[in-house]
Amino acid sequence: MTPRLALRGTALLYLAALLVLPVGLVLFRASEKGLAPVVDSLTTPQGMHAFYLTSIVVAIAVPLNTIFGVATSLLIVRTKLPGRKLIDSVIDLPFAVSPVVIGLSLVLVYGNDGFLGGPLSDAGLKIIFSTPGIILATVFVSLPFVVREVSPVLREIGTEQEEAAGTLGASPWQTFRRITLPAIRPAVGYGVVLTTARALGEYGAVSVVSGKFSGRTETATLFVEDRFQSFDLTGAYAAAIVLALMAVAVLVGMNLLDRNRRLRHGN
Amino acid sequence: MAIEAQGLNKRFGEYQALDDVTFTAPDGQITALLGPSGGGKSTLLRVISGLEEPDSGSVHLLGEDVTHLTPQDRQVGFVFQHYAPFRHMDVRDNVSFGLSVRKRPKPEIKAKVEELLELVQLSGLGERYPDQLSGGQRQRMALARALAVEPKVLLLDEPFGALDARVRKDLRQWLRRLHEEVDVTTLFVTHDQEEAMELAHHVVVLSEGRVEQAGRPTDLYEDPANEFVMGFVGPVTKVGEDLVRPHDLEIHIEPRAGAIAAKVERVLRLGFEVRVELCVDEEEPASVQLSASEAEPLELHPGQMVHLSVARKPALAESSTV
Amino acid sequence: MSALSVPLRRSEARRVRFPGAAPAGALSVAYLSLVVLIPLAAVAATGMEDGVDGFWEAVTKPQALSALKLTLLVSLAVAAINAVAGTLIAWVLVRDDFRGKGFVNALIDLPFALPTIVAGLTLLALYGKGSPVGINVAFTQIGVALALLFVTLPFVVRAVQPVLIELDPEVEEAGASLGAKPLTVFRRIIFPAIRPAMLAGVALAFGRALGEFGSVVLISGNLPNKTEVASVYIFGLIELGDKQAAAAVSVVLLAASLLLLTTIAALSRKGARP
Repeated sequence: MTPRLALRGTALLYLAALLVLPVGLVLFRASEKGLAPVVDSLTTPQGMHAFYLTSIVVAIAVPLNTIFGVATSLLIVRTKLPGRKLIDSVIDLPFAVSPVVIGLSLVLVYGNDGFLGGPLSDAGLKIIFSTPGIILATVFVSLPFVVREVSPVLREIGTEQEEAAGTLGASPWQTFRRITLPAIRPAVGYGVVLTTARALGEYGAVSVVSGKFSGRTETATLFVEDRFQSFDLTGAYAAAIVLALMAVAVLVGMNLLDRNRRLRHGN
Repeated sequence: MAIEAQGLNKRFGEYQALDDVTFTAPDGQITALLGPSGGGKSTLLRVISGLEEPDSGSVHLLGEDVTHLTPQDRQVGFVFQHYAPFRHMDVRDNVSFGLSVRKRPKPEIKAKVEELLELVQLSGLGERYPDQLSGGQRQRMALARALAVEPKVLLLDEPFGALDARVRKDLRQWLRRLHEEVDVTTLFVTHDQEEAMELAHHVVVLSEGRVEQAGRPTDLYEDPANEFVMGFVGPVTKVGEDLVRPHDLEIHIEPRAGAIAAKVERVLRLGFEVRVELCVDEEEPASVQLSASEAEPLELHPGQMVHLSVARKPALAESSTV
Repeated sequence: MSALSVPLRRSEARRVRFPGAAPAGALSVAYLSLVVLIPLAAVAATGMEDGVDGFWEAVTKPQALSALKLTLLVSLAVAAINAVAGTLIAWVLVRDDFRGKGFVNALIDLPFALPTIVAGLTLLALYGKGSPVGINVAFTQIGVALALLFVTLPFVVRAVQPVLIELDPEVEEAGASLGAKPLTVFRRIIFPAIRPAMLAGVALAFGRALGEFGSVVLISGNLPNKTEVASVYIFGLIELGDKQAAAAVSVVLLAASLLLLTTIAALSRKGARP
């Protein structure tokens, strides 16, 4: 066997053993007894609520982080605002913190006896053990992606096109809408895809923050765990497969957008 | 006067980019900002356009004080060194951008764009994207785009810097002809003295943020204000204590009053021109430029002793930058 | 071209004028503070709630030390394995060609996209009780390592890939023509070139492994002092309501991750210089 084939074989074997076979097995086990049991376990009120809750959370967290991401990118790259370097380094924190610690940090501040949570709860707004808390946790963990994708692109394209638009009479808003935004659109798209993937799959922080009240604060990922702990393997696998399929859709999106980006930038 | 700059100062941290810069650009003419790289020319252009604000001083365009106006409000056309094309728009949309931003009616825009594309010889390329154009075509598109909004003043930042030599020469002539058709006051930045001399009606020489001299190209060439301008704008040779143009030196076989002895080192025959490299007092190199017909009767050859006299010597002030 | 000799400071000064920058900046800082900064500060504060003694006590409890030690060692081992496996996979993806390579390349991102709990579930199905291949590593440290290998797979691969792509194959050919065997070529020509990227990827993998929770929680069985990682231990403390202890151990974990973050930043700056 040539060294090339040996290397290839080893790599493929590693990937098969670590990734392909485990996921494939669950896919198989889930659909082993046909599609009916799968549909049954997913269409229970608990199951439906779980996926519904996940959708709501993602639908709120992703746009929030996208707007924040684009605005903050512009601030960091295009202005001389003091403290922007500090913001830049803080953005990476969610990557460095364990999800459980993230959950803990949010409970400490927004829990019923929390520093901010106390007064809010007196005013009737419950954050921890309720949907807003889950949204907050999801926002925390998926915060950096859009900023990290858009900033280098903003740096690379430089200010000349925007300056040119200015000399031609465009207002700052017109310049942003017609020149900057089209230029960063692929990067924003890619960032949104990454943010969505992270938001869909969040488990650790949400575990801590939600209280796992089934039918109320149980997201799709928590639902998977719940089914497993209840020895309902079919249910667990079924939900896992749905989430895995969503992940695959995200993967496909990632690869398509990534190829588009590279082509556009003439790589 | 179309452009008047008074006492402009601009500092970037430790670096003084503009040092009390005062100059004027005459109405309807082409003015060149000439100087070595890093000398402040681009900064000056950006201050005039409004893309930078000066620390002190004023800028007047057609009599109006625009010092603190944004670029949007100054109505200047600006062509960037790398053209800053809007890469996601085709040529037509690029050129029409300024007009669409002003919300002109569509048929008016269409007609104007066609007219401009013809003017810059890009008709038929309207649907192409900037990435599909050559460097020269992109530059002409950038020009058309800037001219579309009928600016009071046209500013060009090293317009030919990014092109290769032959394209550069062609475009120079083309720009001069274009200016005859569209006689908008034009100010362009260059470090190429040949370009400035060939294109401009009026030249301002800048070095290290200071104006060294301003005037017509011939005036700068024949009566430079100081050593720096003299050396930058044309060839110089040193004879004794004097700086002289190589073609202002005369070679004589016989000694004569006031002439300096020199030994011929090398004779270069370059078609019409003959360049003679000599050595004065066995140390100082000097060079003389003659026409072939002037050189013939002298029968110059290496090792020959001749005598140099200065036909014309410009009166130089002490240079602020040597 | 004069653009090349424009002093670098100038590009710093070219900013598009931005009305509303200040309020936007304030909003951005507020968003970051409410979501990230204040909560993390609260963790540090709560950890110190009972003074330095309370902090120290929480962190040096036998179960805590066990968890931290296990986390550290397994994460290091996983990072080391990734250094080799990740580089190997990156190599094969860049230098080799075979049917389905594009698919395999896309596959690398699967751990990024897949929820961690699902990852854990799939590993448990194949390598736990009732495994169709007869391998049962549930409730073992190997199981923990396996879960961490899954989630950290992409980091080294994706860090090394672009560097390998940039690397001109001609350089290796030159080495070979001068008599160097493939291993020597790798050691003396390729490895030095990819080392910064590899280290950055390894550091990222290590950081991820330190805090990993969802994929480990099912397969490890969370046996205290045996297969309980730090994140699970902290989770247990939260469930018990001992917020101070949970926060204290969290601070230790946070400190380790932050140290890594700064190392990565320094490494990537070094790697960026030609």
